[in-house]
Amino acid sequence: MSRIQQAIKERILVLDGAMGTMLQRNNFSEEDFRGERFKDFPHPLKGNNDLLSITQPEAVKEVHRQYFQAGADIVETNTFSGTTIGMADYYLEEYVYELNYESAKIAREVADEFTDRPRFVAGAIGPTNRTASMSPDVNDPGYRAVTFDDLRIAYKQQAEALIDGGCDILLVETIFDTLNAKAALFAIEEVKEERNIDIPIMVSGTITDASGRTLSGQTVEAFLISVSHIPLLSVGFNCALGADLLKPYLQTLAHNTSFNISAHPNAGLPNAFGEYDETPVQMQAFIKEYLDDNLINIIGGCCGTTPNHIKLIADIAKEYKPRKAEILA
Amino acid sequence: MKVNQKRKNLVLSGLEPLIITPESVFVNVGERTNVTGSRKFLRLIKEEKYEEALSIAKEQVEGGAQIIDINMDEGMLDGVYAMTKFLNLIAAEPDISRVPIMIDSSKWEIIEAGLKVVQGKSVVNSISLKEGEDQFIHHAKLIKRYGAAAIIMAFDEVGQADNYERRVEICQRSYDILVNKVGFPPQDIIFDLNIFPVATGMEEHRLNALDFFRGTKWVRENLPHAHISGGVSNVSFSFRGNDTVREAMHSVFLYHAIKNGMTMGIVNPEMLSIYDEIPKDLLEHVEDVILNRRDDATERLLDFAENVKGDVKSNEKAVQEWRSGTVQERITHSLVKGVDEFIEIDVEEARQAATKPIEVIEINLMTGMNVVGDLFGSGKMFLPQVVKSARVMKKAVAYLLPFIEASKQAGDKQGNGKILMATVKGDVHDIGKNIVSVVLACNNYEIVDLGVMVPPEKIIAAAIEHNVDIIGLSGLITPSLDEMVYLAKELDKRGLKIPIMIGGATTSRAHTAVKIAPQYRETVIHVNDASRAVTVAGSLLNKDKKIYASDIRAEYDAFRETFLNRSRDKNFLTIEQARKNKLQLDWENFTPVKPNVIGEQVIEVDLDVLVPYIDWTPFFRTWELFGKYPAILTDNVVGEQATSVFADAQEMLEVILREKKLTAKGIYGIFPANQVNDDDIELTDENGKILEKFLTLRQQSQKTKGAPNIALSDFIAPKDSGKTDYMGAFCVTTGFGVDEWAAEFEKNLDDYNSIMVKALADRFAEAFAEYLHEKIRKEIWGYASDEVLSKEALIEEGYKGIRPAPGYPACPDHLEKPTIWKLLNVEQEIGVTLTESMAMWPASSVSGYYFGNPESKYFGLGKIKEDQVIDYAKRRNVSTEVASKWLNPNIAD
Repeated sequence: MSRIQQAIKERILVLDGAMGTMLQRNNFSEEDFRGERFKDFPHPLKGNNDLLSITQPEAVKEVHRQYFQAGADIVETNTFSGTTIGMADYYLEEYVYELNYESAKIAREVADEFTDRPRFVAGAIGPTNRTASMSPDVNDPGYRAVTFDDLRIAYKQQAEALIDGGCDILLVETIFDTLNAKAALFAIEEVKEERNIDIPIMVSGTITDASGRTLSGQTVEAFLISVSHIPLLSVGFNCALGADLLKPYLQTLAHNTSFNISAHPNAGLPNAFGEYDETPVQMQAFIKEYLDDNLINIIGGCCGTTPNHIKLIADIAKEYKPRKAEILA
Repeated sequence: MKVNQKRKNLVLSGLEPLIITPESVFVNVGERTNVTGSRKFLRLIKEEKYEEALSIAKEQVEGGAQIIDINMDEGMLDGVYAMTKFLNLIAAEPDISRVPIMIDSSKWEIIEAGLKVVQGKSVVNSISLKEGEDQFIHHAKLIKRYGAAAIIMAFDEVGQADNYERRVEICQRSYDILVNKVGFPPQDIIFDLNIFPVATGMEEHRLNALDFFRGTKWVRENLPHAHISGGVSNVSFSFRGNDTVREAMHSVFLYHAIKNGMTMGIVNPEMLSIYDEIPKDLLEHVEDVILNRRDDATERLLDFAENVKGDVKSNEKAVQEWRSGTVQERITHSLVKGVDEFIEIDVEEARQAATKPIEVIEINLMTGMNVVGDLFGSGKMFLPQVVKSARVMKKAVAYLLPFIEASKQAGDKQGNGKILMATVKGDVHDIGKNIVSVVLACNNYEIVDLGVMVPPEKIIAAAIEHNVDIIGLSGLITPSLDEMVYLAKELDKRGLKIPIMIGGATTSRAHTAVKIAPQYRETVIHVNDASRAVTVAGSLLNKDKKIYASDIRAEYDAFRETFLNRSRDKNFLTIEQARKNKLQLDWENFTPVKPNVIGEQVIEVDLDVLVPYIDWTPFFRTWELFGKYPAILTDNVVGEQATSVFADAQEMLEVILREKKLTAKGIYGIFPANQVNDDDIELTDENGKILEKFLTLRQQSQKTKGAPNIALSDFIAPKDSGKTDYMGAFCVTTGFGVDEWAAEFEKNLDDYNSIMVKALADRFAEAFAEYLHEKIRKEIWGYASDEVLSKEALIEEGYKGIRPAPGYPACPDHLEKPTIWKLLNVEQEIGVTLTESMAMWPASSVSGYYFGNPESKYFGLGKIKEDQVIDYAKRRNVSTEVASKWLNPNIAD
């Protein structure tokens, strides 16, 4: 049994909080984003947070370090948009392997600074900015801006680089279109088979609006069914909602699966300016409700959460035992 | 081995789950979307009439199919293309895609194409050992990886299983390979045991149904968790053309198959009778055949069938109930349900009833879309459904366009203007944007639609290239907000003068007012629904657009001020910091204009002179009639009432003028002045003797970078500049006699005229203030002697210099009024007094300051902090408690 399989039986594992929120605090300029390496790159790079793993690695490492110090067991690599599809906006497709590899490597280095208990690195695999089961053109509902195979190939490259860089886990997250996630899972299975390895996979969807469905229209149960064909370390939700609004959907998940349950909600809903203002104390109170209901195996934060949020979440999670899935049909 | 462990459920999904438990009733798989089984469907696919083909799928789901089988296996079809295309289209039809898909093909590449486009867990139909074990394993592994269940045909290298023993043999072997070698979840295995026709007249077919039942029973008892399926209509193949008998045969077959453990089957629900409702004699004949109960069963059924022939069930759907509603109800229904079948008929009906075709869009369709919006907002509809509604909307509009064009020919051919529409960078949502585009296009605007994910450079380039009149930006996700801010900044930087309309689910008036509007000198306006877009665009482009623009600007400025004031995590500067960040005008190069008259003067004017200065818009507001004068007189809603009130007002106005019911008295004075100690203004006489000191209050909230913390004193040259500046003060009244006159009306219970008198007196007082201000600018002070402004421009404050009043946003401090009273000796000179709460009596009076600096402008003080209150109390020489009491509404929590 891998260390993480062991650890997740023993305790609730704490995932880190937002990377983007923390990196923004540096107020990096276009020049900072470019660094030495890309100083003559012909296209603007500001806003490409993933690139900072190469151009400002110390800043990224510092974020990881702060989250570990706050009590996180798992940090996510800075690779949310690290596919050829996501990087096409910046004309950086050819750097995708390196970007993922370096991100994993620096996260690993920081994880290894902590020797008190096992600390893990999860390779973050984002949804990309395209949807495989919806048309971006209202007049042509049959059109697709991306295909399953486009996604599968891009995700495969990302997964390989993340594994090479030293990730313990792969985290397919912020899934708003299940077909995209299925392509990622397909790609990971290919890598596993070709390399004859096993690597734990976390899957985390996103409920985007009040209908309680994913953006592509699936209910929580339908989503769960659609990703359960692969053995998962955990299934859960992240982003879009705050901890309070996410709870009913987590309950639905927890009642219908024997996989471990993860959650990394936002620090509340964004206010009119897209900022998150739920405080660590407020968020901790909501998370405590999850724990009281025995819903959780892995808990962390998404947009707007900070090391302070994670610290309070880790503090409270320590007090509880992890969810034990009932034997379900 | 008997199955005694708990069965694992077979779970499938479309947009919604389908969970097949041991307790589940039989699962219907819709079969009409199969080119091999439905000639109509084949024709539609061949002719690429996908829309109609979709309606077949939809009918099946509405008819109760819990899974729909899709098959594109036809020699003349490109199966991969057709499967991909049709499944992609189904994905956009939530009413269909809520159920799982059965991807049906004998060709692996078509199956795989299907697996690549469905997000849910589907069923592959089918694979088998027909082409050997390696191929079987390979396909099974991929199906598992794609996340689907699979139908396994009872078929092997030798051939199809056509009796009980072969079924058992092939199923056992297939099952073992799948479970043990592939690791395929046993609950995802569904065996198709081959349903063959009975009553064919051939001896070897007599046991076809019975063998199927026995095989089913065996699988359920020996292969844990596996399910059984089959194509039911095969069984009645020999009775084609006699639907009554066929339906009975299907029911009977299913009845027995289900009893033996069949869990799902491909059936046409419309070709299925209810077992209990089959006439006794027919039932007996059919069961004899299915169960092989008599040697002559087939002949007997054939004979019997002659009797029931012709009794063909009418498949005409009962007229749907919703079709009997009103035209609006029908249109709304079509939009909400995303049904486009009747939309043109209904829209035509609405068009004939409407005065102008455009009304159908503005009234009928928008009413429907508002219902859609509400349902979406409350989570009762979800995005794919809304997309469908948008499509129906589009179809309706397309139908109406020719009529709208035709009606335009008669009227203006010239377009109303050109509007650029774009969903900003990083955002793919465009439903709202498209609706707005359509509505605007219908209103004779030319639309330049740049689509989604449009980078700012492209928007700017296109705006210039097409010389557009308005830019419309849309966004649904939060990062789009920043994109809009960025774009506004860029437009401003490049000096463009194109107003922006902001819309989309994530946008808000708050964000627009607080974050976007300050970045752009031109108008930025938030439009929260498509129906308002036309009005807004019209206002932005019509001849009064300047007025509209400044209204919006003022509205947003005020909104921003209040918003920032209540914003809880707002940052404040200390009063010292705020003073350091005061407005720094260029006093070096400033030459104050010396007034023609210094010191106070009393003025009386004829009321006739003031009439042209009356701003009638606030008059209507008194009567709770909202809208701008004179447009309000012809307003659809309040026009009639407004006209009537206005007529009465004119009548009373005449009485006032004729009988000189009111008098206009005022006093003003302009004095040498300098800013002292940052926030105070010292007034002197011509000899430099200090007369009074005005105390102003300074904004303390943290400003965006570069913006100053203003106080009124900043508009006056500081003493250390060495220059003598000037400022003035005034009080005017038209209120004497008003109370008495109003009381007379009240005595006669005539509240209407009582209010009318007061409202008119108020208007006269304001008009007097406006008149006097003009006189000050042009003659008395004379800093704007060359000013030529229309009355409208006056009302819109299009002049230089300001006349703020104590108690209003720039100087909320009412305690400044006594200073004015002392300075001008108001009470003695014209008789206007101040009450204990610093209200003026008579009420129809206006007082204030005059600032003549061209840079001076109205602003809101906003919230101030305790430190300024303490400082102010010292300057005013009152206790902090007294100061706090007067300034309370402006003190931050």
